[in-house]
Amino acid sequence: MANRTDENISAMCTPALGEGGRTGDWRTLHPVIDYGKCIPAQKGKAACLLCWLYCPEGVVKATIPPTIDLNYCKGCGICAEECPAKAISMVLEEGHE
Amino acid sequence: MSRVEIMTGNHAAAVGVSLARVQVVAAYPITPQTSLTETIAQFIESGEMKAEYVRVEGEHSALSVCIAASTVGARAFTATSANGLLYMHEQIHWAAGSRLPIVMCCVNRGVGAPWTILNDQQDSISQRDTGWIQLYCRDNQEIIDTVLQAFRIAEAVYVPVMVCYDGFILSHTLMPVEIPDQEEVDAFLPPYRPHTVLSEDSPRTINPVMFADLRENSEGVLCDGYMEMRYKLEAALEDAQATIQSVNDEFAGRFGRNHGGLLWEYRTEDAEVFLTGLGSIANEATIAADILREKGIPAGVVGIRSYRPFPVEALNQAFERAKSIHCFEKALSYGFGGPVYTDLRAALYGRVKDAHMYDYIATLGGRDIQPDTMADYVHESIKRKDKDGAFRRPVWINCRTE
Repeated sequence: MANRTDENISAMCTPALGEGGRTGDWRTLHPVIDYGKCIPAQKGKAACLLCWLYCPEGVVKATIPPTIDLNYCKGCGICAEECPAKAISMVLEEGHE
Repeated sequence: MSRVEIMTGNHAAAVGVSLARVQVVAAYPITPQTSLTETIAQFIESGEMKAEYVRVEGEHSALSVCIAASTVGARAFTATSANGLLYMHEQIHWAAGSRLPIVMCCVNRGVGAPWTILNDQQDSISQRDTGWIQLYCRDNQEIIDTVLQAFRIAEAVYVPVMVCYDGFILSHTLMPVEIPDQEEVDAFLPPYRPHTVLSEDSPRTINPVMFADLRENSEGVLCDGYMEMRYKLEAALEDAQATIQSVNDEFAGRFGRNHGGLLWEYRTEDAEVFLTGLGSIANEATIAADILREKGIPAGVVGIRSYRPFPVEALNQAFERAKSIHCFEKALSYGFGGPVYTDLRAALYGRVKDAHMYDYIATLGGRDIQPDTMADYVHESIKRKDKDGAFRRPVWINCRTE
């Protein structure tokens, strides 16, 4: 549990994962990668990775196959839009109609 | 050895900026500030002053440059007037919220529309609630001295300071000014240390988006939210009262000139009738007080130097024995009354009980006022022998109102 006081006199943060809050809960849609279509997954090497390149939040990891950190993904859908193999689909979160 | 020269208020401010070893200046010319920034540009161009002068396309950018410079540890200065100040408005809030000790001269001018280039104080008064310290000067000596004090104050409490002085009345009027030695100024004003040192070893995101509640950061610190940061700014403004006074007192000890700190008084020892105001009009009120005393009225003046923070305790002490208080104002809160009058009523409420308070709107857009006119209005008000201390609508002086 955090208990140290904030000694800063103006607002600031250090660059670290999650410093902007758990932004994943802003989401209504989340991306799902079909590794059967995903180019790096199919080729087994660092090819394409446009999803990683275009993600404005830096939550796509350039692993093989690529993975998405859903704790911080805001569900914007840019990865799905940019994927040349149409391997990413945006799926409605539970509780959203 | 210090030396005395005859100079305008704008020139005095420029010399103060040079003596303060300001490192970054960004400003856009506007009457009546122009000759101030031109003089600084000349000092830098001639090599007399070692600083970066950043030319910008407007006042919003001027203050943005100062914000960036101050953030990375440079002593920064800007100056403006009237609509130029209003064009900065968003960044004025930003500088205070970022706790950057920028100093700005506001060479007071009326605000358009309709256009005026002449003096009143509507411009700086309109920026009252931005979280800046506002100090008002009564003469050219006080301008140079207040610029030097402003950096000490700002850098002690990490709150930006607006040094306000009346356009043309001071900015373009020649007066003898004692210029302190550079070594003496250096001893009074040490180099600026920013509250946060940015470096590659300690990278920061400055001013991230704040949410409504506290937030635990990656290091396990429960970080303040927006509201806590705003409370810290308010607490700093309140603490600044003691700093303004102590810096004034230290300055007086070193340089032999005491401008009063939060406020100054004239013939108040036995006064019952008090005239008050900000800047040059308070200085003019001292002559009005002399005129009233010649008529047997025990008049005195309290010049308010620090308008924000508003020195509630010092004002209660200064007006303790007042039977009437007369506020002469160069600005108006439209739809209500004079800003000094309304603040003063709130500050004195329940403590200075017997004083009747009167409000006079004067000099808007450069309309002239003479001390004998001020004395006449005070005399008329006290002759009426009002029975209660009710809120009174302001009287407009030297204005055709029918």
